[in-house]
Amino acid sequence: MAAPVKVVTLCIDGRDVSGREGETVLEVARQSGIEIPTLCHMDGLEPVGACRLCLVEVTGQARLQPACVTQVSEGMQVATVTDRLRTYRRMILEMLFSERNHVCSVCVSNGHCELQDLAQSEGLTHIGLRYRYPTLSVDASHERYVIDHNRCVLCTRCVRVCDEIEGAHTWDVMARGIDSQVITDLAEPWGHSDSCTSCGKCVHVCPTGAIVEKGKSVAEMAKRAKFLPYLSMMREEW
Amino acid sequence: MSKAKVATVWLDGCSGCHMSFLDMDERLAGLASKIDLVYSPLVDTKDFPEMADVTLVEGAVSSTDDLEKIRKVRAHTRILVSLGDCAVTSNVPAMRNRFPVQAVMDRAYRENAQLNPQTPAEVVPALLGKSIPVHEVVAVDVFIPGCPPSADTIHFAVSELLEGRVPDLSSRTRFGI
Amino acid sequence: MTQLEDLQRIASEETERRQGCRHRLCVCIAAGCVSSHSDQVQASLTNEVKRRGLEGQVEVRPVGCMGLCSAGPLVQEETSGVLYQHVRQEDAAEILDSLDAKPVERLRCDSGQPFFRRQQKIVLENSGVINPHRIEDYIAAGGYEALVQALTSMKPMEVVEEVIRSGLRGRGGGGYPTGLKWSTVAKAGGDKKYVVCNADEGDPGAFMDRAVLESDPHRVLEGMAIAGYATGADMGYVYIRAEYPLAIAHLRTAIRQAKKMDLLGNSICGTRFNFDVELRLGAGAFVCGEETALIASIEGGRGQPRPRPPYPAQSGLWGKSTLINNVETFANIAPIIRRGGDWFASIGTAKSKGTKVFALAGKIRNTGLIEVPMGVTLREIVFDIGGGIPGGHRFKAVQTGGPSGGCIPEQHLDMPVDYDSLREIGSIMGSGGMIVIDETSSMVDVAKYFMEFCMSESCGKCIPCRVGTHHMHGLLEKILEGHASAADVAQLEALCDMVMHTSLCGLGITAPNPVLSTLRHFRGEYEGLLQPAGGNGHASPSPAGGA
Repeated sequence: MAAPVKVVTLCIDGRDVSGREGETVLEVARQSGIEIPTLCHMDGLEPVGACRLCLVEVTGQARLQPACVTQVSEGMQVATVTDRLRTYRRMILEMLFSERNHVCSVCVSNGHCELQDLAQSEGLTHIGLRYRYPTLSVDASHERYVIDHNRCVLCTRCVRVCDEIEGAHTWDVMARGIDSQVITDLAEPWGHSDSCTSCGKCVHVCPTGAIVEKGKSVAEMAKRAKFLPYLSMMREEW
Repeated sequence: MSKAKVATVWLDGCSGCHMSFLDMDERLAGLASKIDLVYSPLVDTKDFPEMADVTLVEGAVSSTDDLEKIRKVRAHTRILVSLGDCAVTSNVPAMRNRFPVQAVMDRAYRENAQLNPQTPAEVVPALLGKSIPVHEVVAVDVFIPGCPPSADTIHFAVSELLEGRVPDLSSRTRFGI
Repeated sequence: MTQLEDLQRIASEETERRQGCRHRLCVCIAAGCVSSHSDQVQASLTNEVKRRGLEGQVEVRPVGCMGLCSAGPLVQEETSGVLYQHVRQEDAAEILDSLDAKPVERLRCDSGQPFFRRQQKIVLENSGVINPHRIEDYIAAGGYEALVQALTSMKPMEVVEEVIRSGLRGRGGGGYPTGLKWSTVAKAGGDKKYVVCNADEGDPGAFMDRAVLESDPHRVLEGMAIAGYATGADMGYVYIRAEYPLAIAHLRTAIRQAKKMDLLGNSICGTRFNFDVELRLGAGAFVCGEETALIASIEGGRGQPRPRPPYPAQSGLWGKSTLINNVETFANIAPIIRRGGDWFASIGTAKSKGTKVFALAGKIRNTGLIEVPMGVTLREIVFDIGGGIPGGHRFKAVQTGGPSGGCIPEQHLDMPVDYDSLREIGSIMGSGGMIVIDETSSMVDVAKYFMEFCMSESCGKCIPCRVGTHHMHGLLEKILEGHASAADVAQLEALCDMVMHTSLCGLGITAPNPVLSTLRHFRGEYEGLLQPAGGNGHASPSPAGGA
């Protein structure tokens, strides 16, 4: 017989909701139809709490808490939309747009991009920060896929899906700070990678036009990441 | 009631935003009863008026000429609108920013020239070190992202401004489109 | 098997051996003095003693840091207390000549000056006194007594209670109550626990931990072993930056010696308590001083922090309950056990007990290492102990807490130094770096320096720190170049607020502090650099070729 599940009730944005102990604020919110913006989070991958878009206010906590890793507890009071959070979320998005060269109008993922969608849903009309215009490479050495570092937001979904789901660990991150970059193997051209199985999972979890399939022209590259929770669930059941 | 004075300005852009403006088609006739187009690449006036109520700017600030023009426009405009991604984000013009200006000039006027390659020394205004969004140079009041923003979006934005409201465009347009 | 009697025997043998020598010359061989060639001084003194056939009468003893690094190499004659500064190898003969005669006046350093007199040493009590290469020296100074005492006469929980009673707070900077941390780990379940010593000292201008490890490595090992006993851990790691080769060498020697004497390893002192210590060398990333990043690095992963909770006390190294304390915190443990928590709690202020080691650097006469009781004023530190500002310049500010801290101006100099008072005025205690700034420096430049540090040390995991530090640095640069307007300062402040409230770990959370504290106390310096708000407050873009 399965162990009894403990259920807690909490309040998110003034709504009383219930969740299982161990579930995160993000999970419970989404089950209840409350949308919290996320970027590094992806159902089916280990959460890393890195993008900070899902920060929420929890009564009694001095610091803002990332909803993707904060577990629900009895009587918790959560606010997911406040002026302060809205301001911070917009600034995070501004930071991403200013960090690299995201030129939406000429991107294969135009119209299918989570960063673009977030900018719209968070009401970002322009970037108040100075653009950096860094010089970054495009690696098209792989037979079927391309990585364009100009459009990478360093969410590390590719790193995690390759490690946790595919088990290849082709992807990783090198350098640090603003110089961080995702790499294949030991920073070798993707096409030379011995570990890459060409499964394409990284392509479909990538939220932007950073990792894409070859042969797609502007606005053609739609991602299909829905396979992930299903895959994880099937593996767990087996 | 006097008509609102509206201007449009074309900096470093492809003119697509102006095309989109023209795509308002028959609605232009309706607008014409409410506005005077006092300055625009679409009309013949050579001088910017003393004071425009609304100016729509297409394009990024890329040259000394753009810089001079946008400063003058700002000084003579009540509500300055960045129209389209080039004005809002510097978009495609900014793709040259990772290269030194000289390399860009050489590419355009020498390496790709079929006949008589030479760098222009006069008439063509000098490029700025970087191509930048309008709001990095002057204060901008309204931003209409999109490449280009649709005719519907432009019509909505202009109509709202004429009614004295700040248009909420979040559900109508976005970067890229 | 080592018992209390064994330690006492070693101690008395050691004292006897030492008293056989009429003169004992202590030469500092810690990094500060070695960098001005104290190793050559030691060699030439040893050779000179040999040449004169004085072995057995004159001991040349390498010792750890004596504190006054700016006067190094330092040599002290132990029996008379005569201290020599800026000693060179050519001075060896003259020093030996002087032993039974008058001291060498041209090399004398006043050992009665406030720098030495005003200090109170607990952590550094053996520094500059014992030979860090010899466990016998440490034992003769009362070393390992506390460990044996804890193992043979105290229950683990009693040890924890003693630490709680002492009021000791984490010396790495946060000031978290050490006893509470210990008791959390002690109460945590699990078959395996770890003790980690954080020796990844990374603040610019801070060298407290390095000096402790170089001068008195056994003290830290003893503290760790006591922590292991108190919390139920049997394995310890010292995470130390590879840039500290001398400290690493001294630690390695110390671990080997302690194992040989059953003071580390299996069945310590014949009891059932096992505790082993290994070193893990960090590659010099500042963020690895953050405990979750440090854990990731020890585990062999990329040194990046992860969100807390869970805290390391619940889930640390390899998911096991882990106690992480800083070098100086562990260095306080043996004296607390030996002399009691109440003794320790009698030193310091109401909420900050004991002493604190500070590294004095910057525009100050006496650069070096000091230890003072909590509650001493900044003025005493800077002007009495530190000797004030050289070159006839005026004091402007003192920076505490490194890149996570803040600048404290003149009007707060009479405030007693403790965790809470420093926080109140917008700085932090930090690990103990103290950089003195005089009127010749621009505070905006100081803020930019620290922001540059944070920017290059940001791990890149979370967006606010990775990109925010870059933009804050860019704005500070713009201000310093004279291209900025009031709007840029407003944007800088908005970024500071956002980065401190949204970053994942302490590095980002505290990165805005140097900017905020200089804005708070020296806003005029920022404003003096701004362009008058002409037009729309927009500055000119760079002309062609400025790319």
